[in-house]
Amino acid sequence: MRFIFKTDYGQDIRLAKHGGHLFWYGALMLVLLLAPWLVQEYWLAQLTFVLIYAIAGLGLMLLAGFTGLFSLGHAAFLGVGAYTQAVLTNMGLPFPLALGCAAGLSAAVGLVVGLPALRVKGIYLGIATLSFGFIVEEVLARWESVTGGNAGIHIKKPDMFGWALDSGEAFYFLCLLITVLATLGILNLLRSPTGRAFVAIRDSEISAQSMGIHLAYYKTLSFALSAALAGIAGALYAHQLQFISPDQFNILQSIDLLLMIVIGGVGSVHGAFLGAIFLITMPQAIAMVKDYLPPTIGQAPGLQGLVYGVVLVAFVLFEPLGLYGRWLKVRTYLQMFPFYRKGMFKRQKSFQKSERLK
Amino acid sequence: MSAAMNPTPVQPLPEPLLSARQLSVRFGGVLAVNNVSFDVQQGEVFTLIGPNGAGKTTVFNLISRIYTPTTGEIDYLGPKGLVRLTEQPPQDVAGLGIARTFQNIELFEHATVLHNLLIGRHTHRKTRLWQDLFFTKTAFDAELKAREKAEEVIEFLDLQHHRDSMVAGLPYGVRKVVEMARALCTEPKLLLLDEPSSGLNVEETEDMAFWIADIKNELGITVLMVEHDMTLVSKVSDRVLAMNQGEVLAMGTPREVQSDPGVIEAYLGSVDDVSSLRRQTA
Repeated sequence: MRFIFKTDYGQDIRLAKHGGHLFWYGALMLVLLLAPWLVQEYWLAQLTFVLIYAIAGLGLMLLAGFTGLFSLGHAAFLGVGAYTQAVLTNMGLPFPLALGCAAGLSAAVGLVVGLPALRVKGIYLGIATLSFGFIVEEVLARWESVTGGNAGIHIKKPDMFGWALDSGEAFYFLCLLITVLATLGILNLLRSPTGRAFVAIRDSEISAQSMGIHLAYYKTLSFALSAALAGIAGALYAHQLQFISPDQFNILQSIDLLLMIVIGGVGSVHGAFLGAIFLITMPQAIAMVKDYLPPTIGQAPGLQGLVYGVVLVAFVLFEPLGLYGRWLKVRTYLQMFPFYRKGMFKRQKSFQKSERLK
Repeated sequence: MSAAMNPTPVQPLPEPLLSARQLSVRFGGVLAVNNVSFDVQQGEVFTLIGPNGAGKTTVFNLISRIYTPTTGEIDYLGPKGLVRLTEQPPQDVAGLGIARTFQNIELFEHATVLHNLLIGRHTHRKTRLWQDLFFTKTAFDAELKAREKAEEVIEFLDLQHHRDSMVAGLPYGVRKVVEMARALCTEPKLLLLDEPSSGLNVEETEDMAFWIADIKNELGITVLMVEHDMTLVSKVSDRVLAMNQGEVLAMGTPREVQSDPGVIEAYLGSVDDVSSLRRQTA
């Protein structure tokens, strides 16, 4: 058990609260930096996907986990980013500029989609974003002169002012850098007035407003930031796959993204990463155990969907805080051994809750 | 604490802090507030009383701009002079120095007490989005400053023990205090308390009376409250406005209002009423 002796308020504000944080996140960073020399090319590509999904997950976490606005069409922002990147890169724009445009255009689209969020909440917002997702998918499929339609579009290797990132390792480092920057940005927002305004809107709009928080501004801001992150992830996704088509950004992708943050743990930055790891490793794990299962189960076409569904239901029922919530419990158990009590994390019932739709 | 937050007890000035004139609100066929006018002087504790459904909370929601009056207006002496409060957007009310609490506590439940108080500092934010994003020196210093202010309020209301607890796990009585603390964090000139003692036990209600008196005397904040507990009302209020059916019944000191025949009738019914209920004997 760690006891922190606090002597100034700065300790509560700094990101690394104690030496343990510095040590463990430093170690993680070191492992990630050495990864190209530690793992095979295939697993490095999977790790790159984890980072890309984590960026998109951070965006969705900001929107759903911290501002309380659920989006069922987040793959659309991913698609907008990916196609912007593809078109601009193929026109010969250097990578950073194309990435900036991808993020900017996604943010602009997010701003527009955020407008209904000012009026509708909960499941109705879900429906609005869901239909937005379908619209974008349809546009990507029909606007053939730009997007290449259902035949898809190839994208060139990223190129930074003459320095071509053509190896898997170089692209991995690029993704790692962007992920670290995105994570630091989100963490900074969350410890500052902007992030607190998001959390306030999530927990009680009426009292957020009476605290002077401009609901419309912060809701659209959250949508724009979230979409920008999804756009960046989409751009990297396009480069990683080198070929994109509209069906990669359909409702299944949106659901995957939502599944990712729910399983990772809604309302925690760690959750975005844990969810991304889950989302990428699960198909691999299923592929591995497939051969050992009886053929009627192992070779059944819907096995992956079934496993995802069961896992999601299990998490919603038994661990609403997701993988991160489970990790918190395990850590507390180890720290307090043998004094851990079963009910320690049980949320207490609110004594009185005003009637409002979440 | 007192040194930082306006130490001089504010004398009632001739110019009222808030003046409501001929307020009426109609929800469909219901006239929730009918032609209500009152002035709140600087530095006083002004209480709205009345039976359930009298329109007290509606008046509160008019002041905090959750509702817009059908007719009538509210003027408020803000930091930059007199403003027409009924024309301000709802999120600007806090910036003018009006903070409120809610009848059914509306705290940010999945956050710690400290976090809630820091959200109360929102109107005093100095940083822009990009400064928050990169957490510049300005942002860090602003955070330190906000924390110091929040700590002053924590000390004032004795919340040290609960500083890092999640609101969702706190007992009801403490939540009431946290909500008041959050309102104080905005450094208001006018504090609106919607039933501060509802759901509190006798001891907690007594504490609440002390705190309201302290807020008025030490911090020089004007308090406007809705309250049912007449002991608390007569202990702390300077003036009382009694309402019934959306209309003003009586206004004056607690003693005057309590002895007003109209008020007694509204709460207890008149003698005629009672006789009409009496069983007819043959």
